[in-house]
Amino acid sequence: MRLQYPPTVRIIEVPCTGKVDIMHLLLAFEQGADGVMVVGCMEGDCHYLAGNLYAKKRVQRAKEILDTVGIGGERLAMYNLSSGMGGRFAEIVREMTGKVMELGPSPIRVAMGTAVRPIAEVAQ
Amino acid sequence: MIKAVPKPLEEVIGRVQDFNKLLIAGCDGCVTVCEAGGMKEAKILASALRLYYTQAGKQAQVDETSLTRQCEKEYLANLSDKIDQYDAVVSLACGVGCQYLAEMYDNKPVYPGVDTCFLGVNEERGLYSERCQACGKCILAETGGVCPIARCSKRMLNGPCGGSEGGKCEINPDVPCGWQLIYERLKTLGQLDRFEKPVEPKDWKPSRDGGPRKIVREDLRI
Repeated sequence: MRLQYPPTVRIIEVPCTGKVDIMHLLLAFEQGADGVMVVGCMEGDCHYLAGNLYAKKRVQRAKEILDTVGIGGERLAMYNLSSGMGGRFAEIVREMTGKVMELGPSPIRVAMGTAVRPIAEVAQ
Repeated sequence: MIKAVPKPLEEVIGRVQDFNKLLIAGCDGCVTVCEAGGMKEAKILASALRLYYTQAGKQAQVDETSLTRQCEKEYLANLSDKIDQYDAVVSLACGVGCQYLAEMYDNKPVYPGVDTCFLGVNEERGLYSERCQACGKCILAETGGVCPIARCSKRMLNGPCGGSEGGKCEINPDVPCGWQLIYERLKTLGQLDRFEKPVEPKDWKPSRDGGPRKIVREDLRI
């Protein structure tokens, strides 16, 4: 398909989004991620029945935690799409990159002094 | 089992924001089952606090651990070699474990990370309901195995009251009437004649009316 999307994402594959725990999401931010997105199967299409629904709940709780600790829950998002929706995947990577560019570097990177340039410049 | 819920993160942050070295101590007992205080919750809270401190520009150390049970000295002793390096501890055990930890390490500030709620069952994951109030004198034998102390809103010994309607309690249409449950259970067991004999007034001394309680089992002690 030769679809283009910004080189801003690092993809971590898991067998199912049901494997993704709140700890993993928070750890990504601790390690300096400016944004995190969880990309799962369409609701109702989970091979393991409810993995993506568990992920949805965990993402929601992690967003609340991020809001409370001053990182901002909007830096975390969950999307649902099927394996046949490559075009949509490229689109949401652009969408999420745009959102994170607007937000600027994560307060963690700012505090640690590692935000040498906004992610926006990298993505351009 | 003892049921608890995590305290709001804002409340925990408010208590510990001035410390520089924190230990989050989980408990692998009851509170792990209701996903309020095991190792996983300890890791989540520790991570959240690290994020909070870091974004606030504060250098702080937040570590997590989990003990088999915080209501026993032998397991609490596992903290003895490392607790001195922390300014404070957040205990994710129930009120019992949190207090015992504070009692054992009396020079260390200990803060609760969960709100302890009741003795209850896991109806399903994320749905827990009360079954026992630890009144100290079990009357389940007389009530078909359904406890009127825990399940009747008025703790009536001879119910139901006039607030029972359609099998539900007047406090909330989602709450089953404890005495309706007792009636149905006794009917199933063929023991409805139990209703012909009023229950005698309950001795509340073994409950909280006698002050803080203690069990001494001389047969177990040396």
